[in-house]
Amino acid sequence: MNLLRRLICYARRRSPWLFHMNSGSCNGCDIELVAALSPRYDAEQLGVRLEGSPRHADILCITGPVTKNAVGAIHTVYGQVCGPKAVVAIGSCPATTNVFIDSRTLDGPLQKHVPVDVFVPGCPPRPDAIIQGVAKAAQILAERGARREGEAVAALAIESGADANPQGLKPSEKGDALSARLKSCPDTLCAAHDERKTAEEQR
Amino acid sequence: MNLITALARFLIFPGLLFAIPAAWFFLWVERKSVALMQGRVGPPFMQPFFDFVKLMAKGTPPRSGIAGALMRAWPLIALASAAGAVGLLPVLPASGGFEGDLILLLALLELPSMCIIAAGFSSQSIFGEIGSAREAALSVSYNIVFLLAILSVAASQHTFRLEALAALPSSPLRLLGVLAIIVCLPAKLHLNPFSLPNAEQEIYSGPMTEYAGPELAMWELSHGLEWVAATGLVATLMAPQLGAWWLAALVFVALSFAIVILLSAIASATARLAIDTTVRFYWQCTLIFAVLAISSALFVRYRL
Repeated sequence: MNLLRRLICYARRRSPWLFHMNSGSCNGCDIELVAALSPRYDAEQLGVRLEGSPRHADILCITGPVTKNAVGAIHTVYGQVCGPKAVVAIGSCPATTNVFIDSRTLDGPLQKHVPVDVFVPGCPPRPDAIIQGVAKAAQILAERGARREGEAVAALAIESGADANPQGLKPSEKGDALSARLKSCPDTLCAAHDERKTAEEQR
Repeated sequence: MNLITALARFLIFPGLLFAIPAAWFFLWVERKSVALMQGRVGPPFMQPFFDFVKLMAKGTPPRSGIAGALMRAWPLIALASAAGAVGLLPVLPASGGFEGDLILLLALLELPSMCIIAAGFSSQSIFGEIGSAREAALSVSYNIVFLLAILSVAASQHTFRLEALAALPSSPLRLLGVLAIIVCLPAKLHLNPFSLPNAEQEIYSGPMTEYAGPELAMWELSHGLEWVAATGLVATLMAPQLGAWWLAALVFVALSFAIVILLSAIASATARLAIDTTVRFYWQCTLIFAVLAISSALFVRYRL
Protein backbone atom coordinates (compact mmCIF):
# COMPACT_ATOMS: atom_id res chain seq x y z
CA MET A 1 0.00 0.00 0.00
CA ASN A 2 2.84 2.30 0.91
CA LEU A 3 4.47 1.48 -2.41
CA LEU A 4 1.27 2.39 -4.26
CA ARG A 5 1.10 5.76 -2.51
CA ARG A 6 4.70 6.50 -3.35
CA LEU A 7 4.02 5.56 -6.96
CA ILE A 8 1.04 7.93 -7.06
CA CYS A 9 3.09 10.78 -5.59
CA TYR A 10 5.87 10.11 -8.06
CA ALA A 11 3.41 10.05 -10.96
CA ARG A 12 1.87 13.34 -9.81
CA ARG A 13 5.27 14.97 -9.82
CA ARG A 14 6.15 13.59 -13.25
CA SER A 15 2.93 14.44 -15.04
CA PRO A 16 1.76 18.00 -14.38
CA TRP A 17 -1.01 18.99 -16.78
CA LEU A 18 -1.60 22.71 -17.04
CA PHE A 19 -4.63 24.83 -17.64
CA HIS A 20 -3.82 28.37 -18.67
CA MET A 21 -6.10 31.18 -17.59
CA ASN A 22 -5.85 34.85 -18.46
CA SER A 23 -7.37 37.23 -15.90
CA GLY A 24 -6.85 40.46 -17.82
CA SER A 25 -3.20 40.02 -18.73
CA CYS A 26 -1.51 42.12 -21.43
CA ASN A 27 -0.70 38.83 -23.24
CA GLY A 28 3.03 39.08 -22.46
CA CYS A 29 3.04 36.26 -19.90
CA ASP A 30 0.69 34.17 -22.05
CA ILE A 31 3.16 34.25 -24.90
CA GLU A 32 5.99 33.26 -22.54
CA LEU A 33 3.94 30.34 -21.18
CA VAL A 34 3.37 29.05 -24.70
CA ALA A 35 7.07 29.62 -25.44
CA ALA A 36 7.91 27.29 -22.53
CA LEU A 37 6.31 24.44 -24.51
CA SER A 38 8.09 25.34 -27.75
CA PRO A 39 11.09 23.38 -29.13
CA ARG A 40 13.60 25.77 -27.54
CA TYR A 41 12.46 25.15 -23.96
CA ASP A 42 10.47 21.90 -24.34
CA ALA A 43 8.62 21.59 -21.02
CA GLU A 44 7.24 18.24 -22.23
CA GLN A 45 10.45 16.68 -20.89
CA LEU A 46 8.89 17.11 -17.45
CA GLY A 47 5.63 15.57 -18.63
CA VAL A 48 3.97 18.98 -18.91
CA ARG A 49 0.95 19.13 -21.18
CA LEU A 50 -1.18 22.19 -21.85
CA GLU A 51 -4.76 20.95 -21.58
CA GLY A 52 -7.82 22.47 -23.16
CA SER A 53 -10.20 21.72 -20.32
CA PRO A 54 -9.76 22.64 -16.61
CA ARG A 55 -11.25 19.23 -15.74
CA HIS A 56 -8.09 17.54 -17.06
CA ALA A 57 -5.61 19.86 -15.36
CA ASP A 58 -3.57 19.51 -12.17
CA ILE A 59 -2.01 22.96 -12.17
CA LEU A 60 -3.86 26.18 -12.86
CA CYS A 61 -1.57 28.80 -14.41
CA ILE A 62 -3.08 32.27 -13.98
CA THR A 63 -1.72 35.41 -15.63
CA GLY A 64 -2.96 38.97 -15.34
CA PRO A 65 -3.83 41.41 -12.53
CA VAL A 66 -7.36 39.97 -11.89
CA THR A 67 -9.89 42.39 -13.32
CA LYS A 68 -13.33 42.60 -11.70
CA ASN A 69 -14.84 40.79 -14.68
CA ALA A 70 -12.42 37.88 -14.27
CA VAL A 71 -13.16 37.16 -10.58
CA GLY A 72 -16.23 35.01 -11.25
CA ALA A 73 -14.41 33.10 -13.98
CA ILE A 74 -11.45 32.43 -11.67
CA HIS A 75 -13.75 30.97 -9.00
CA THR A 76 -15.56 28.81 -11.59
CA VAL A 77 -12.39 27.48 -13.18
CA TYR A 78 -10.72 26.85 -9.82
CA GLY A 79 -13.78 24.83 -8.81
CA GLN A 80 -13.69 22.87 -12.06
CA VAL A 81 -10.14 21.62 -11.52
CA CYS A 82 -10.35 18.28 -9.73
CA GLY A 83 -8.17 17.74 -6.67
CA PRO A 84 -5.36 17.55 -5.78
CA LYS A 85 -4.61 20.83 -7.52
CA ALA A 86 -2.11 23.68 -7.38
CA VAL A 87 -2.15 27.28 -8.58
CA VAL A 88 0.81 29.04 -10.21
CA ALA A 89 0.63 32.83 -10.55
CA ILE A 90 2.66 33.78 -13.61
CA GLY A 91 4.15 37.27 -13.81
CA SER A 92 4.18 40.21 -11.44
CA CYS A 93 0.53 41.11 -12.16
CA PRO A 94 -1.27 38.34 -10.23
CA ALA A 95 1.21 38.72 -7.36
CA THR A 96 1.06 42.49 -6.88
CA THR A 97 -1.22 43.87 -9.62
CA ASN A 98 2.03 45.46 -10.86
CA VAL A 99 1.71 48.84 -12.63
CA PHE A 100 -2.09 48.69 -12.46
CA ILE A 101 -2.01 48.80 -8.67
CA ASP A 102 -4.61 51.48 -7.91
CA SER A 103 -6.90 50.87 -10.87
CA ARG A 104 -10.61 50.88 -10.10
CA THR A 105 -11.21 48.09 -12.62
CA LEU A 106 -9.14 45.61 -10.62
CA ASP A 107 -9.94 43.28 -7.77
CA GLY A 108 -6.45 41.87 -7.26
CA PRO A 109 -4.05 40.50 -6.30
CA LEU A 110 -4.86 36.88 -7.05
CA GLN A 111 -4.28 35.62 -3.53
CA LYS A 112 -7.45 37.40 -2.38
CA HIS A 113 -9.49 34.89 -4.36
CA VAL A 114 -7.70 31.54 -4.60
CA PRO A 115 -4.78 30.05 -2.63
CA VAL A 116 -1.63 30.49 -4.70
CA ASP A 117 1.13 27.90 -4.35
CA VAL A 118 3.92 29.32 -6.49
CA PHE A 119 4.60 32.86 -7.67
CA VAL A 120 6.74 33.27 -10.79
CA PRO A 121 7.88 36.90 -10.81
CA GLY A 122 8.79 38.91 -13.89
CA CYS A 123 7.17 41.20 -16.39
CA PRO A 124 7.03 38.90 -18.24
CA PRO A 125 8.97 36.03 -16.62
CA ARG A 126 11.32 34.02 -18.79
CA PRO A 127 10.04 30.64 -20.03
CA ASP A 128 12.69 28.83 -17.93
CA ALA A 129 11.38 30.56 -14.82
CA ILE A 130 7.86 29.42 -15.71
CA ILE A 131 9.10 25.85 -16.17
CA GLN A 132 10.79 26.00 -12.78
CA GLY A 133 7.61 27.34 -11.19
CA VAL A 134 5.57 24.51 -12.72
CA ALA A 135 8.12 21.93 -11.52
CA LYS A 136 7.88 23.37 -8.00
CA ALA A 137 4.09 23.28 -8.15
CA ALA A 138 4.20 19.63 -9.24
CA GLN A 139 6.40 18.90 -6.23
CA ILE A 140 3.91 20.67 -3.94
CA LEU A 141 1.11 18.67 -5.56
CA ALA A 142 2.83 15.37 -4.81
CA GLU A 143 3.44 16.33 -1.19
CA ARG A 144 -0.14 17.56 -0.81
CA GLY A 145 -1.47 14.26 -2.13
CA ALA A 146 0.68 12.34 0.31
CA ARG A 147 -0.50 14.44 3.23
CA ARG A 148 -4.16 14.22 2.28
CA GLU A 149 -4.01 10.47 2.25
CA GLY A 150 -2.78 10.58 5.84
CA GLU A 151 0.80 9.65 5.14
CA ALA A 152 3.76 11.33 6.73
CA VAL A 153 5.81 13.32 4.28
CA ALA A 154 8.92 11.55 5.51
CA ALA A 155 8.81 9.02 2.69
CA LEU A 156 8.59 11.79 0.20
CA ALA A 157 11.31 13.92 1.70
CA ILE A 158 13.93 11.60 0.24
CA GLU A 159 12.49 12.07 -3.22
CA SER A 160 12.08 15.82 -2.88
CA GLY A 161 15.66 16.22 -1.73
CA ALA A 162 16.90 14.27 -4.70
CA ASP A 163 14.73 15.96 -7.25
CA ALA A 164 13.70 19.40 -6.04
CA ASN A 165 14.95 20.91 -9.26
CA PRO A 166 13.98 19.48 -12.61
CA GLN A 167 17.42 17.98 -13.11
CA GLY A 168 16.04 15.36 -15.48
CA LEU A 169 16.03 18.03 -18.16
CA LYS A 170 18.38 17.43 -21.00
CA PRO A 171 19.51 20.40 -23.09
CA SER A 172 17.51 20.53 -26.26
CA GLU A 173 19.48 20.63 -29.50
CA LYS A 174 18.53 24.17 -30.33
CA GLY A 175 18.47 25.57 -26.79
CA ASP A 176 21.18 26.15 -24.24
CA ALA A 177 21.65 24.03 -21.17
CA LEU A 178 18.37 24.56 -19.35
CA SER A 179 19.60 23.54 -15.95
CA ALA A 180 22.36 26.15 -16.01
CA ARG A 181 19.86 28.90 -16.72
CA LEU A 182 17.39 27.63 -14.16
CA LYS A 183 19.91 28.34 -11.42
CA SER A 184 19.93 32.05 -12.23
CA CYS A 185 16.14 32.38 -11.92
CA PRO A 186 14.56 33.75 -8.75
CA ASP A 187 12.00 31.30 -7.47
CA THR A 188 9.92 33.14 -4.88
CA LEU A 189 8.01 36.34 -4.81
CA CYS A 190 10.26 39.09 -6.09
CA ALA A 191 11.94 41.61 -3.82
CA ALA A 192 10.11 44.44 -5.57
CA HIS A 193 6.85 43.18 -4.14
CA ASP A 194 8.17 43.31 -0.60
CA GLU A 195 9.50 46.80 -1.15
CA ARG A 196 6.17 47.96 -2.48
CA LYS A 197 4.34 46.37 0.42
CA THR A 198 6.49 48.13 3.00
CA ALA A 199 6.10 51.39 1.08
CA GLU A 200 2.32 50.96 1.19
CA GLU A 201 2.40 50.29 4.91
CA GLN A 202 4.49 53.38 5.55
CA ARG A 203 2.05 55.41 3.51
CA MET B 1 -9.06 -26.68 -24.21
CA ASN B 2 -10.62 -24.21 -26.62
CA LEU B 3 -11.76 -22.04 -23.74
CA ILE B 4 -8.25 -21.95 -22.33
CA THR B 5 -6.76 -20.90 -25.67
CA ALA B 6 -9.40 -18.24 -26.12
CA LEU B 7 -8.79 -16.89 -22.62
CA ALA B 8 -5.04 -16.94 -23.22
CA ARG B 9 -5.54 -14.98 -26.41
CA PHE B 10 -7.74 -12.43 -24.69
CA LEU B 11 -5.68 -12.10 -21.51
CA ILE B 12 -2.06 -12.64 -22.59
CA PHE B 13 -1.15 -12.30 -26.27
CA PRO B 14 -2.32 -10.32 -28.19
CA GLY B 15 -4.76 -9.52 -25.39
CA LEU B 16 -4.51 -7.42 -22.26
CA LEU B 17 -1.11 -8.43 -20.85
CA PHE B 18 0.54 -7.49 -24.15
CA ALA B 19 -1.88 -4.81 -25.29
CA ILE B 20 -1.89 -2.46 -22.27
CA PRO B 21 1.91 -1.97 -22.15
CA ALA B 22 1.86 -1.84 -25.96
CA ALA B 23 -0.83 0.87 -25.80
CA TRP B 24 1.32 2.98 -23.47
CA PHE B 25 4.36 2.29 -25.62
CA PHE B 26 2.57 3.38 -28.81
CA LEU B 27 1.26 6.53 -27.13
CA TRP B 28 4.83 7.31 -26.06
CA VAL B 29 6.22 6.56 -29.53
CA GLU B 30 3.68 8.93 -31.05
CA ARG B 31 4.50 11.80 -28.66
CA LYS B 32 8.25 11.16 -28.80
CA SER B 33 8.47 10.94 -32.57
CA VAL B 34 6.41 14.11 -32.98
CA ALA B 35 8.79 15.81 -30.48
CA LEU B 36 11.87 14.58 -32.34
CA MET B 37 10.50 15.79 -35.65
CA GLN B 38 9.91 19.22 -34.10
CA GLY B 39 13.50 19.34 -32.77
CA ARG B 40 12.47 18.72 -29.13
CA VAL B 41 13.60 16.03 -26.70
CA GLY B 42 10.08 14.94 -25.82
CA PRO B 43 8.52 13.07 -22.91
CA PRO B 44 10.34 10.35 -20.93
CA PHE B 45 9.69 6.69 -21.71
CA MET B 46 7.31 6.06 -18.81
CA GLN B 47 5.21 9.20 -19.44
CA PRO B 48 1.91 7.54 -20.53
CA PHE B 49 2.15 5.23 -17.51
CA PHE B 50 2.72 8.19 -15.15
CA ASP B 51 -0.21 10.02 -16.74
CA PHE B 52 -2.41 6.96 -16.24
CA VAL B 53 -1.44 6.50 -12.57
CA LYS B 54 -1.89 10.20 -11.85
CA LEU B 55 -5.32 10.30 -13.49
CA MET B 56 -6.43 7.18 -11.60
CA ALA B 57 -5.57 8.94 -8.31
CA LYS B 58 -7.40 12.15 -9.13
CA GLY B 59 -10.91 13.08 -8.09
CA THR B 60 -13.93 13.29 -10.38
CA PRO B 61 -16.67 15.91 -10.33
CA PRO B 62 -19.90 14.70 -8.72
CA ARG B 63 -22.33 13.27 -11.26
CA SER B 64 -25.90 12.32 -10.57
CA GLY B 65 -28.85 10.75 -12.35
CA ILE B 66 -29.01 8.81 -15.58
CA ALA B 67 -26.71 11.22 -17.41
CA GLY B 68 -24.04 10.77 -14.75
CA ALA B 69 -24.30 6.98 -14.86
CA LEU B 70 -24.08 7.05 -18.66
CA MET B 71 -21.05 9.33 -18.51
CA ARG B 72 -19.32 6.85 -16.23
CA ALA B 73 -20.32 3.92 -18.47
CA TRP B 74 -19.13 5.18 -21.88
CA PRO B 75 -15.37 5.02 -21.23
CA LEU B 76 -15.73 1.50 -19.78
CA ILE B 77 -17.68 0.28 -22.83
CA ALA B 78 -15.10 1.87 -25.14
CA LEU B 79 -12.26 0.26 -23.19
CA ALA B 80 -13.90 -3.18 -23.19
CA SER B 81 -14.61 -3.14 -26.92
CA ALA B 82 -11.11 -1.89 -27.80
CA ALA B 83 -9.61 -4.66 -25.63
CA GLY B 84 -11.89 -7.21 -27.30
CA ALA B 85 -10.79 -6.02 -30.74
CA VAL B 86 -7.14 -6.48 -29.77
CA GLY B 87 -7.90 -9.97 -28.40
CA LEU B 88 -9.49 -11.00 -31.70
CA LEU B 89 -6.45 -10.21 -33.85
CA PRO B 90 -5.23 -13.43 -35.50
CA VAL B 91 -1.56 -12.94 -34.72
CA LEU B 92 -0.59 -16.46 -33.78
CA PRO B 93 -1.20 -19.10 -36.46
CA ALA B 94 -3.75 -21.87 -35.71
CA SER B 95 -4.32 -20.90 -32.10
CA GLY B 96 -7.82 -22.35 -31.93
CA GLY B 97 -10.36 -21.15 -29.40
CA PHE B 98 -12.98 -18.55 -30.21
CA GLU B 99 -12.54 -17.44 -33.80
CA GLY B 100 -14.31 -14.19 -34.43
CA ASP B 101 -14.73 -12.96 -37.94
CA LEU B 102 -13.86 -9.71 -39.64
CA ILE B 103 -17.36 -8.28 -39.09
CA LEU B 104 -17.10 -8.67 -35.30
CA LEU B 105 -13.64 -7.07 -35.34
CA LEU B 106 -14.98 -4.12 -37.35
CA ALA B 107 -17.91 -3.69 -34.96
CA LEU B 108 -15.59 -3.72 -31.94
CA LEU B 109 -13.27 -1.23 -33.63
CA GLU B 110 -16.21 1.07 -34.37
CA LEU B 111 -17.73 0.96 -30.89
CA PRO B 112 -15.19 3.31 -29.19
CA SER B 113 -15.97 6.06 -31.69
CA MET B 114 -19.72 5.53 -31.08
CA CYS B 115 -18.99 5.83 -27.35
CA ILE B 116 -17.09 9.08 -27.93
CA ILE B 117 -20.10 10.51 -29.81
CA ALA B 118 -22.49 9.43 -27.04
CA ALA B 119 -20.14 10.70 -24.31
CA GLY B 120 -19.94 14.16 -25.85
CA PHE B 121 -23.71 14.46 -26.05
CA SER B 122 -24.36 13.09 -22.57
CA SER B 123 -21.79 15.46 -21.03
CA GLN B 124 -24.15 18.36 -21.88
CA SER B 125 -21.23 20.66 -22.57
CA ILE B 126 -21.41 22.81 -25.68
CA PHE B 127 -17.83 21.88 -26.57
CA GLY B 128 -18.59 18.20 -26.08
CA GLU B 129 -21.59 18.45 -28.37
CA ILE B 130 -19.62 20.22 -31.10
CA GLY B 131 -16.90 17.58 -30.78
CA SER B 132 -19.44 14.78 -31.00
CA ALA B 133 -21.06 16.28 -34.08
CA ARG B 134 -17.61 16.51 -35.69
CA GLU B 135 -16.80 12.93 -34.70
CA ALA B 136 -20.08 11.78 -36.25
CA ALA B 137 -19.37 13.64 -39.51
CA LEU B 138 -15.82 12.26 -39.56
CA SER B 139 -17.07 8.74 -38.89
CA VAL B 140 -19.57 8.93 -41.75
CA SER B 141 -16.87 10.14 -44.14
CA TYR B 142 -14.01 7.73 -43.42
CA ASN B 143 -16.08 4.65 -42.66
CA ILE B 144 -17.34 4.32 -46.24
CA VAL B 145 -13.76 4.07 -47.49
CA PHE B 146 -12.67 1.92 -44.52
CA LEU B 147 -15.48 -0.62 -44.94
CA LEU B 148 -15.09 -0.76 -48.72
CA ALA B 149 -11.37 -1.40 -48.28
CA ILE B 150 -12.01 -4.20 -45.77
CA LEU B 151 -14.69 -5.64 -48.05
CA SER B 152 -12.27 -5.62 -50.98
CA VAL B 153 -9.72 -7.54 -48.89
CA ALA B 154 -12.37 -10.06 -47.86
CA ALA B 155 -13.78 -10.36 -51.39
CA SER B 156 -10.39 -10.91 -52.97
CA GLN B 157 -9.69 -13.75 -50.52
CA HIS B 158 -13.23 -15.25 -50.62
CA THR B 159 -13.63 -15.24 -46.85
CA PHE B 160 -14.66 -13.15 -43.83
CA ARG B 161 -12.91 -15.41 -41.33
CA LEU B 162 -9.93 -13.74 -39.67
CA GLU B 163 -7.86 -16.89 -39.31
CA ALA B 164 -8.27 -17.74 -42.97
CA LEU B 165 -7.49 -14.16 -44.02
CA ALA B 166 -4.30 -14.15 -41.97
CA ALA B 167 -3.29 -17.57 -43.29
CA LEU B 168 -3.78 -16.80 -46.98
CA PRO B 169 -0.86 -15.35 -48.94
CA SER B 170 -1.25 -11.69 -49.80
CA SER B 171 -2.03 -10.54 -53.33
CA PRO B 172 -1.53 -7.16 -55.04
CA LEU B 173 -5.27 -6.53 -54.64
CA ARG B 174 -5.01 -7.03 -50.92
CA LEU B 175 -2.18 -4.52 -50.74
CA LEU B 176 -4.43 -1.96 -52.47
CA GLY B 177 -7.06 -2.58 -49.79
CA VAL B 178 -4.46 -2.27 -47.01
CA LEU B 179 -3.32 1.04 -48.49
CA ALA B 180 -6.90 2.34 -48.37
CA ILE B 181 -7.16 1.19 -44.73
CA ILE B 182 -3.95 3.08 -43.86
CA VAL B 183 -5.42 6.25 -45.40
CA CYS B 184 -8.37 5.91 -43.00
CA LEU B 185 -6.27 5.28 -39.86
CA PRO B 186 -5.40 8.95 -39.06
CA ALA B 187 -9.12 9.75 -38.98
CA LYS B 188 -9.91 6.67 -36.91
CA LEU B 189 -7.19 7.53 -34.37
CA HIS B 190 -7.92 11.30 -34.44
CA LEU B 191 -4.45 12.15 -35.68
CA ASN B 192 -3.42 15.46 -37.03
CA PRO B 193 -4.83 16.13 -40.45
CA PHE B 194 -8.12 14.77 -39.12
CA SER B 195 -7.88 15.61 -35.40
CA LEU B 196 -11.19 17.45 -35.58
CA PRO B 197 -13.20 15.94 -32.71
CA ASN B 198 -10.64 16.82 -30.02
CA ALA B 199 -9.26 19.99 -31.62
CA GLU B 200 -7.59 21.56 -28.56
CA GLN B 201 -7.20 25.10 -29.80
CA GLU B 202 -10.76 25.30 -31.10
CA ILE B 203 -13.19 23.42 -28.88
CA TYR B 204 -11.18 22.69 -25.69
CA SER B 205 -11.07 18.88 -25.70
CA GLY B 206 -14.23 18.10 -27.64
CA PRO B 207 -16.21 15.15 -26.23
CA MET B 208 -13.66 14.71 -23.40
CA THR B 209 -14.12 18.25 -22.04
CA GLU B 210 -16.15 17.22 -18.97
CA TYR B 211 -14.19 14.06 -18.15
CA ALA B 212 -11.68 13.98 -15.32
CA GLY B 213 -9.64 11.57 -13.23
CA PRO B 214 -10.17 7.81 -13.63
CA GLU B 215 -12.76 8.25 -16.39
CA LEU B 216 -10.26 10.23 -18.44
CA ALA B 217 -7.64 7.57 -17.72
CA MET B 218 -10.03 4.96 -19.19
CA TRP B 219 -10.44 7.11 -22.31
CA GLU B 220 -6.67 7.44 -22.68
CA LEU B 221 -6.21 3.70 -22.27
CA SER B 222 -8.98 2.86 -24.73
CA HIS B 223 -7.39 5.28 -27.20
CA GLY B 224 -4.09 3.44 -26.75
CA LEU B 225 -5.80 0.09 -27.26
CA GLU B 226 -7.41 1.47 -30.40
CA TRP B 227 -3.90 2.24 -31.61
CA VAL B 228 -2.85 -1.35 -30.96
CA ALA B 229 -5.97 -2.80 -32.58
CA ALA B 230 -5.96 -0.58 -35.67
CA THR B 231 -2.24 -0.92 -36.39
CA GLY B 232 -2.47 -4.62 -35.52
CA LEU B 233 -5.24 -5.14 -38.08
CA VAL B 234 -3.05 -3.66 -40.81
CA ALA B 235 -0.04 -5.62 -39.54
CA THR B 236 -1.89 -8.95 -39.65
CA LEU B 237 -3.18 -8.23 -43.14
CA MET B 238 0.33 -7.30 -44.35
CA ALA B 239 2.33 -9.94 -42.46
CA PRO B 240 3.66 -12.87 -44.48
CA GLN B 241 2.65 -16.38 -43.47
CA LEU B 242 5.13 -17.73 -40.90
CA GLY B 243 5.39 -21.08 -39.18
CA ALA B 244 6.97 -20.30 -35.82
CA TRP B 245 4.72 -18.46 -33.35
CA TRP B 246 7.53 -16.32 -31.96
CA LEU B 247 8.50 -15.18 -35.45
CA ALA B 248 4.86 -14.30 -36.19
CA ALA B 249 4.63 -12.30 -32.95
CA LEU B 250 7.89 -10.51 -33.70
CA VAL B 251 6.82 -9.58 -37.24
CA PHE B 252 3.45 -8.39 -35.86
CA VAL B 253 5.12 -6.08 -33.33
CA ALA B 254 7.65 -4.76 -35.85
CA LEU B 255 4.99 -4.01 -38.48
CA SER B 256 2.75 -2.30 -35.90
CA PHE B 257 5.69 -0.18 -34.77
CA ALA B 258 6.46 0.83 -38.36
CA ILE B 259 2.85 1.90 -38.92
CA VAL B 260 2.88 3.95 -35.69
CA ILE B 261 6.02 5.75 -36.89
CA LEU B 262 4.44 6.39 -40.30
CA LEU B 263 1.23 7.79 -38.77
CA SER B 264 3.20 10.00 -36.33
CA ALA B 265 5.28 11.37 -39.20
CA ILE B 266 2.10 12.25 -41.09
CA ALA B 267 0.63 13.81 -37.94
CA SER B 268 3.64 16.02 -37.25
CA ALA B 269 4.03 17.08 -40.88
CA THR B 270 0.44 18.23 -41.39
CA ALA B 271 -1.95 20.80 -39.96
CA ARG B 272 -5.57 20.21 -39.05
CA LEU B 273 -8.06 20.32 -41.91
CA ALA B 274 -11.50 21.86 -41.62
CA ILE B 275 -14.46 19.49 -41.38
CA ASP B 276 -15.79 20.19 -44.88
CA THR B 277 -12.32 19.65 -46.40
CA THR B 278 -12.03 16.37 -44.51
CA VAL B 279 -15.38 15.09 -45.71
CA ARG B 280 -14.54 16.17 -49.26
CA PHE B 281 -11.14 14.46 -49.02
CA TYR B 282 -12.67 11.11 -48.11
CA TRP B 283 -15.69 11.32 -50.37
CA GLN B 284 -13.95 12.70 -53.45
CA CYS B 285 -10.29 11.68 -53.33
CA THR B 286 -10.04 8.36 -51.51
CA LEU B 287 -13.46 6.91 -52.33
CA ILE B 288 -12.29 6.43 -55.91
CA PHE B 289 -9.45 4.15 -54.75
CA ALA B 290 -11.73 2.18 -52.46
CA VAL B 291 -14.30 1.67 -55.23
CA LEU B 292 -11.46 0.68 -57.57
CA ALA B 293 -10.19 -1.85 -55.02
CA ILE B 294 -13.57 -3.46 -54.40
CA SER B 295 -14.62 -3.51 -58.06
CA SER B 296 -11.37 -5.13 -59.14
CA ALA B 297 -11.68 -7.62 -56.27
CA LEU B 298 -15.21 -8.56 -57.35
CA PHE B 299 -14.10 -8.71 -60.97
CA VAL B 300 -11.26 -11.10 -60.13
CA ARG B 301 -13.58 -13.21 -57.99
CA TYR B 302 -16.28 -13.70 -60.61
CA ARG B 303 -13.86 -14.20 -63.46
CA LEU B 304 -12.22 -17.08 -61.61
